[in-house]
Amino acid sequence: MTEPLLEVDDLRTYFTTEEGIVRAVDGISFSMMPGQRLGVVGESGSGKSVTALSVMGLIEPPAGQIVTGRVMFKGRNLLELDEDELQSVRGGQIAMIFQDPMTALNPVYTIGDQLMETILLHQDVNRSEAREIAIQAIEDVHIPNAKAQMLDYPHQYSGGMRQRIMIAMGLSCNPDLLIADEPTTALDVTTQAQIMDLMLELAEERGTAVMLITHDLGVVAGFCNDLQVMYAGGIVESGTIDDIYYNPQHPYTWGLLESMTRLDDEQQHRLYSIPGSPPSVIDLPRGCRFRPRCGFATEICGQVLPALRPVGNPGQMAACHHAEELNLKELKADAAPTVEPAAATDSDLTDVDLDLQEADVEGIEAQRSAMDQVEGEEGSL
Amino acid sequence: MTDTKSDPTADSVATTDASDLPDDVILRVNHLVKEFPITKGVFFRKQVGAVQAVSDISFEIKKGETLGLVGESGCGKSTTARSVLRLLQPTSGDVWFRLETEDEEIVNVATAKKDTMRQVRRNMQIVFQDPYASLNPRMTVATIIAEPLTVYGEGSKQERLDKVKDLLKVVGLSPEHANRYPHEFSGGQRQRIGVARALALNPSFMVLDEPVSALDVSIQAQVLNLMDDLQDEFDLTYLFIAHDLSVVRHISDRVAVMYLGKIVEMAGRDALYDRPMHPYTHALMSAVPIPDPHIESNRKRMLLEGDIPSPANPPPGCRFNTRCPKAVSGKCDVDEPEFKELEPGHWVACFFPEVEKVY
Ligand SMILES: Nc1ncnc2c1ncn2[C@@H]1O[C@H](COP(=O)(O)OP(=O)(O)OP(=O)(O)O)[C@@H](O)[C@H]1O
Ligand SMILES: Nc1ncnc2c1ncn2[C@@H]1O[C@H](COP(=O)(O)OP(=O)(O)OP(=O)(O)O)[C@@H](O)[C@H]1O
Ligand code: SF4
Ligand SMILES: [Mg+2]
Ligand SMILES: [Mg+2]
Repeated sequence: MTEPLLEVDDLRTYFTTEEGIVRAVDGISFSMMPGQRLGVVGESGSGKSVTALSVMGLIEPPAGQIVTGRVMFKGRNLLELDEDELQSVRGGQIAMIFQDPMTALNPVYTIGDQLMETILLHQDVNRSEAREIAIQAIEDVHIPNAKAQMLDYPHQYSGGMRQRIMIAMGLSCNPDLLIADEPTTALDVTTQAQIMDLMLELAEERGTAVMLITHDLGVVAGFCNDLQVMYAGGIVESGTIDDIYYNPQHPYTWGLLESMTRLDDEQQHRLYSIPGSPPSVIDLPRGCRFRPRCGFATEICGQVLPALRPVGNPGQMAACHHAEELNLKELKADAAPTVEPAAATDSDLTDVDLDLQEADVEGIEAQRSAMDQVEGEEGSL
Repeated sequence: MTDTKSDPTADSVATTDASDLPDDVILRVNHLVKEFPITKGVFFRKQVGAVQAVSDISFEIKKGETLGLVGESGCGKSTTARSVLRLLQPTSGDVWFRLETEDEEIVNVATAKKDTMRQVRRNMQIVFQDPYASLNPRMTVATIIAEPLTVYGEGSKQERLDKVKDLLKVVGLSPEHANRYPHEFSGGQRQRIGVARALALNPSFMVLDEPVSALDVSIQAQVLNLMDDLQDEFDLTYLFIAHDLSVVRHISDRVAVMYLGKIVEMAGRDALYDRPMHPYTHALMSAVPIPDPHIESNRKRMLLEGDIPSPANPPPGCRFNTRCPKAVSGKCDVDEPEFKELEPGHWVACFFPEVEKVY
């Protein structure tokens, strides 16, 4: 059997803030095989990016600390490497692309210079060889006139083109692992389709493992082999995409899938919606973190944090005390148990101040006169 | 630089006055154009050109109906929305609106005088995309929701407070929330506050400009359901703007697809999704991922070449011709296709319309 490429074991990454300790990633374990394409999905703030940054050694002390855990990559614990050693792994064997390519591209250098710099840093080549590799990398991401494009600056490019350059840069050193953090979230859907298609083609061709971080279960379905679902700093479910889409074991995963609108959905039926919103990772609920939003919760759910354990199909895991009993696969959204909403008190609103502050009155007056000024060229709001 | 070339077929939905406005139509947008000047120079700002963000579009919305307006970033959706509400002054064209007064007066929002506009603004409201930027951080939730009432001098203080309390309940928040500030709320809750404010003056028509785009999926569903409920409860008509075709399919009765300032296809929801005819609609639908691995692995994606051209410099002929797989040179890059009704209620602007199955 092949060795895993990446093994993350009980990783905990916390941040110290004025409001308290942010337990952004709180005890996650997972592994990736060479060439595997793993999706990491979860709502905003669930700890996806912090997971990626922890693996890359990009958590900034003193506010951010990796308090426990191991990140084994090709037999080495990345958490024990010094900055020099990490530098050579980063961008070389592990590459990362971000949602906003502008944060990673330097506006004052040409595309060519930046590509060549990465290549020279990680490969034992001279400048003219680096140039050849850079041109090839641009061609590989299907940008025409690669030679001429080397002289362009990032701001001359559209969002989609910049993301192509990021992919070119990321793959120029033939990494074993590419971490893509929401690479298409800022792009239009037709551009997203182009970029995902390109990433799939290149990853398959070169056998690159990809960790795709996204909140979009649609994108994962067409790209990944496996998937893990994060909620409030923990992994609540993992498995192959077929396991998870067709046989979800965790109520949160099931709820996410049910609440999605689908292009191919002919019925305008009422959407299932998960009640409430995710907890603050500063003030996590006791027991299962999903309990306040879960219709299946019982007493134990409020007391014991459920461990991620095998359930469902072989290899599938979920962190729910009741996974075996739920049979979520057969559950229809309108038959799902509901959560009692916190009782809303029917207090009278006599003590509420409705008066506008002076500054606000000015603003509203300005807005009002802009609205009223119908002959003028433009109103504003 | 107004586009005066009117297309004859579109005139059956778009005429120059509203005397023929059917009883069930609440809004008729007629040859709407909105240009933004492009200026140069710091001291002597000279106009050097214009961006035609909305380029001669026409559509109607029936009472109680939801029209979905969908398209990619920069195609002119928000500009359309703001021009309809006259938060932007249209460059040309009409926006006929049936006021909910005793005699159901029909007014042209684009040219209405001050007193009429005050009435229009009570009847038409907008909810913005960004639940973070659109609420004043220094105001309490109660003040925010009561603001339109305060501005219009509606009711006594106690009446306004009662209304705020009702509105909070209507949008699924609790009266205790009244004294808090926007930053204490999650994105979905903030969007509810924005909706409550929009409802304060009992409007008949609401423009929802990407109301769920900034929200997580689990919260999106809550807000979409809320919009559904409110529509039933208050008999509301919606112009629902989104870039997500699956959200639009869920919420709309009819759908208009925009590309580079133009509506390229418009049809009833089933007709549009089952029988899309414009190549851009095909590409757009084909690009939307479906959260179903088996379907995704069997799908053949139609990928577009290149990027959307700048609206400051749209290509001649059909605006989609530079990226269209069906474009015929000498035709599509020269002539502009008419917006034609090819089946009852199904409008397409393409020389080579063809039904295609895209998912
Ligand atoms: N530098 C930091 N200092 C303090 N808190 C942080 C820091 N970085 C992240 N966090 C917090 O850690 C939690 C997890 O953040 P993370 O960025 O991993 O979320 P995410 O899943 O990537 O969300 P999104 O989908 O919004 O990108 C959040 O509550 C976030 O506020
Ligand atoms: N105030 C303005 N001045 C100049 N140009 C503008 C202005 N507002 C919008 N535009 C331009 O008009 C075009 C249409 O913009 P609009 O905001 O209507 O697009 P949209 O479809 O709402 O896009 P998005 O999905 O990004 O919200 C864009 O090219 C935009 O840059
Ligand atoms: S452990 Fe309990 S609360 Fe958590 S998801 Fe399962 S049933 Fe719901
Ligand atoms: Mg993130
Ligand atoms: Mg917009």
